[in-house]
Amino acid sequence: MTDKPKPRLADMSRRDGRPLIHIENDDLMPLPAPLNDPARERPWTPLSPQAVERYECALDDTCAVSVPKPATRAEEDALVGKFLAGLEKLFTRENNWTFLQPLVLSMEHCAKCQTCAEACHVFEASGRNELYRPTYRSEIVRRLYFKYVKHGGLLSAWQHGDVKVNWPLVARLIELSYRCNICRRCAQTCPIGVDNGLIAHELRKLFSQEMGIAAKELHETGSMLQLKVGSSTGMSAEVVKDNIQFIDEETSERTGVKVETPWDVEGADVLLIHNAGEILAWPENPGAFALVLTAAGISWTLSSELAGYDSINYGLWYDDVQLARVAVKHAEAAKKLKVKKIVLGECGHAHKALSVIADRVLTGDLNIPRESSLTLLRDIVMNGHLKLDPSRNDFPVTLHDPCNLVRLMGVVEPQREVVRAICPKFREMEPHGVDNYCCGGGSGFAIMSGHNFPDWRFHVSGRKKLQQILGAFADCLDPSIPKYLCAPCSNCKGQFRDMLAYYDLWEQNRILYGGLVELIVNAMTDVTPGFIEWEWH
Amino acid sequence: MTALIYVVISASALVFVVATAVRAVGYARAPLHLRWELYPVPHEAPDRAAHGGSYFETLDWWTHPTHFNVVGELKAMLAEMLFLKALREFNVRLWRRSFPFHFGLYLLFGTVVLVLGAAVTTLVAPAVLAGSFGATLDVLTRVIGGAGLALTIAGALGLLHRRLTDEDLRPYTTAGDLFNLAAFIGALGVLAVGLLLRPADAPGVHAVAVGLLRWDTSVQVPGVLAAGLALAALLLAYIPFTHMSHFVGKYFTYHAVRWDDAINTRGGAMERRLAEYLAYRPTWSAPHVRADGVRTWADVATTNPTEGAKR
Ligand code: SF4
Ligand code: SF4
Repeated sequence: MTDKPKPRLADMSRRDGRPLIHIENDDLMPLPAPLNDPARERPWTPLSPQAVERYECALDDTCAVSVPKPATRAEEDALVGKFLAGLEKLFTRENNWTFLQPLVLSMEHCAKCQTCAEACHVFEASGRNELYRPTYRSEIVRRLYFKYVKHGGLLSAWQHGDVKVNWPLVARLIELSYRCNICRRCAQTCPIGVDNGLIAHELRKLFSQEMGIAAKELHETGSMLQLKVGSSTGMSAEVVKDNIQFIDEETSERTGVKVETPWDVEGADVLLIHNAGEILAWPENPGAFALVLTAAGISWTLSSELAGYDSINYGLWYDDVQLARVAVKHAEAAKKLKVKKIVLGECGHAHKALSVIADRVLTGDLNIPRESSLTLLRDIVMNGHLKLDPSRNDFPVTLHDPCNLVRLMGVVEPQREVVRAICPKFREMEPHGVDNYCCGGGSGFAIMSGHNFPDWRFHVSGRKKLQQILGAFADCLDPSIPKYLCAPCSNCKGQFRDMLAYYDLWEQNRILYGGLVELIVNAMTDVTPGFIEWEWH
Repeated sequence: MTALIYVVISASALVFVVATAVRAVGYARAPLHLRWELYPVPHEAPDRAAHGGSYFETLDWWTHPTHFNVVGELKAMLAEMLFLKALREFNVRLWRRSFPFHFGLYLLFGTVVLVLGAAVTTLVAPAVLAGSFGATLDVLTRVIGGAGLALTIAGALGLLHRRLTDEDLRPYTTAGDLFNLAAFIGALGVLAVGLLLRPADAPGVHAVAVGLLRWDTSVQVPGVLAAGLALAALLLAYIPFTHMSHFVGKYFTYHAVRWDDAINTRGGAMERRLAEYLAYRPTWSAPHVRADGVRTWADVATTNPTEGAKR
């Protein structure tokens, strides 16, 4: 590991336009076999000179948000003014009742003990780079809070530390708010209960709600597109229906079981909402859901209402207003169909957004019960609604715990009961359950691919998970043995698809990834064997 | 001189109580926030709390009664409060210094309660303390108080040493942080020296407490002991104005955030509170928010920003 100077807090205000750190592969946390071979490590693509010239890229080796550089000092000052105005709003009940209490608590009580740092995969995987220490970001925000919100003077600066606010600091802070997966593993270990993930979340919110600055993939082509056409995939209701029809045909052909997805059935028990990304990227997942729910005799439907067929809610990661808008759309779709409950497909953030966070947004007749598909699938499998032959899943399987579903929502056992029942070669990752590590794609990273950001998310944010996966399959890395990484979450699957391909782990070691419901269909005796196709997708 | 000590002690105690209460009330009055819990939540049903599960693991959860496992929550609280469980689990090196410090403070708090209790008894029913009970109480107070002082000072020294030498802590350590630890060592150190140097016939802590309650300014408190008591009192008054008031903050971070899984039910009390918040008028200025300080949260949340006209 190279010995480099650590970035100091004051460096955030540096005006030289240069990144505060640079990471080499040698700096990173070592990986186990087969990625302990330097030949299998990948070089980073440097940021292009055009990107560096046009955008604010002075934090580290990458750029997530692509904030254009202001042309003049006056423009810079105006942006700083907006930032400070937004900072104040963050601490008023009228503007931020949604998170005011936890945020103030996290501002006022950090003991600076650094326990949280040991829990953070980004910090650890980066080779303990100071910039990615959870409290580096939080400490800047905390100092800003005491200086500009509490209007502390010299005594406050002496007590809490000082900070110099200028545009370079704000620009770097924008980027730094997108170097945290908001997995909140750090918060779980904090002896005081301070939440560095929340601080990153609130920063993103300030940038979005006050300054109109957010990662394009989350806002413009994310929640805005969803509110415009119905889905962040860009699929309108007509297109999605066509695609589902195609999936039904494919699934029927592949399984020998007739599958027909019901649409807009009024009075159905269950409104199933998938992450629409599944329909395009992993059609076997909605196909398997349709097959299982039909075979189990569940009364269910999909909705073709605006956003009613796409459970994503990216507002969860950056904007409370967008979060509320999309949650209301989801609930309205269910209300219109008079269903008994909404069941969320295999998408962690959608679970968390609609079931937990939006619980205090949806009132009156919009407050329709929401349930996890994993809970429903557990019931179907464990109560004998299907004929299952576990020997059809006779390959090594490990289970990834999506943070939003597990640590942040408490859905821990249903998916385990299913895999234990139908996958004889199941093995846990360590640690797992509520102590899991993020896939590295959390908080929107999995869909963010601007500039060289993927290099960062595979080398840094995804590295700890990679270590865990390789650890779980350490006894069967040989390519003659196909292995299945079960990830019941679209976002995590997106990260795994890209990361496993990046490190060539399918081609060279036969590690495939997929959802939970596919394993169930693969084990169904009424279905033509081989539902899981051992092909890269 | 004695009157001054009494004033410092009583004023400091008052400042501590009022400032702590103001802080606690401030947190308690904050609006109910969106749910942001972290599992495990110890008041979940015991079989689920064991693996960190929630009621979402139950099919049709809303048709089942919710389970609030008081015992589980109390157990988790006690382990956290008394033994700093999270710190021991995740940062044992720091725990070795922090635990004696905090446990010492608990013992000192206990000592204050014993001293005050004995002083009040001396005033209202002196006979109670005349026999062996009084002697035992005296020994107990000395042992607990002595242990409290020793542990707190040793812990603070350990924490200060770590803060000054640990590379990971240094960049985040402010002058105020160092002062805080030094203040504990200084104030409690002087108090300890004052207690040790006190001539056998001079008034001790018990006499000072009785004197304070009677406002008897004729009590001749030895100089060093007087300084120790005054410094300790000032330190107490200072705590609520710093992050060291985390004993208040921690109550809320755990109960009102990490473990707050309270469900919003139709027509319930929570819905009424939410209705109040939905009538707030945000002023966020990004164009997509469509807030203007007049439109409410309810208006904003039901506006589609991709549609031309404001609804
Ligand atoms: S956030 Fe918590 S764990 Fe991290 S330094 Fe602050 S008090 Fe310690
Ligand atoms: S929320 Fe996760 S990624 Fe962010 S600082 Fe905490 S542990 Fe690290």
